[in-house]
Amino acid sequence: MIVRISTEGQYELSDADGEALNELDNEVVLACESGDATAFHATFSRMLELVRTRGSRLDENRLAGSDIILPPPDVSLDEARQEFRGEGLIPG
Amino acid sequence: MPGLSGRMSTVVKAKISKLLDRAEDPSETLEYSYQKQIELLQNVKKGIADVVTSKKRLQLQTEKLQQQVIKLDTQARQALAAGNEDLARLALERKNVAQTELQSLDSQVAELENQQQQMTASEQKLRAKIESFRSRKEVIKAQYSAAEAQVKISEAATGVGEEMADVGLAMQRALDKTENMKARASAVQELEAAGTFEDLTQIGSGEDDIDRQLRQLSSTSEVDSELAKLKAELGAGSSPQGALGAGSGSGSAAGSDQAASGEGSGQQEQAS
Repeated sequence: MIVRISTEGQYELSDADGEALNELDNEVVLACESGDATAFHATFSRMLELVRTRGSRLDENRLAGSDIILPPPDVSLDEARQEFRGEGLIPG
Repeated sequence: MPGLSGRMSTVVKAKISKLLDRAEDPSETLEYSYQKQIELLQNVKKGIADVVTSKKRLQLQTEKLQQQVIKLDTQARQALAAGNEDLARLALERKNVAQTELQSLDSQVAELENQQQQMTASEQKLRAKIESFRSRKEVIKAQYSAAEAQVKISEAATGVGEEMADVGLAMQRALDKTENMKARASAVQELEAAGTFEDLTQIGSGEDDIDRQLRQLSSTSEVDSELAKLKAELGAGSSPQGALGAGSGSGSAAGSDQAASGEGSGQQEQAS
């Protein structure tokens, strides 16, 4: 699957890594709901790290839409609360 | 897909697909999307230019403030050497304000520099995608039937559209931060306009509004300790060397008040 980190770029991830990302996504939703900034930043950083280390950068010339779009790395908890709610960025 | 970034690209995708539905001739659509992309690339360049302008303005302000800090420090020394502690304190208070502003300006300039680099990188990436779209467009026009072309265009346009939405988002964030900095910079300009950093020797005797505000702004303890340091430096041997220029005003008080200034060892009762 293709994942974009906003303002950074697109990465290609295996489905298994996508699963791991989904689990973190659910954790981030919980942190957002409880308004816990520390937990949010910690988990969101792990999401970014997962994408950066497990994914491979999409070729610059490839024109493809992303399956998941993560907010920018410098996102604040307030901004993130608009995005990470309900099922999070990844349904399920 | 929920979310700020998700929504943004959804809007772009929706616009593109609407465009595709309406068009009768795919090659026309291709040309039109390509023109739109070029236009948006120009906007990105303009956005970068804005950031550079803001950065330069802040840098200019930084230089000005650095000069003020040096000037006020010199004035504090002169005032103290002339035995006018009140004036020295005033100069140090203003120096304190200028230094605080300077620190925040420095970090803002660094942040803008960072933004500029990020935006330049995004612009290059977007340009690569648009270039890729351009060559794809020629292939599609040459090789595909109208129906197939429609699908291919949609894929390619989605890829570019998302990239564009992302650059747009990066730019918006950069500009938002720049706006905050502009507000801060104009606050400094107002202080300047109000004479905060003017030559102290030209200011009259009485304490005015600016002085009172300054006193609140600057940390008294910092000013106190700096004043003590200056006294120690000057106290080692140098005798008062003439009065400051015209404006020092409160002159009559200077003599008696500062009698004990050099020592700072709690001999205030001496005079009485």
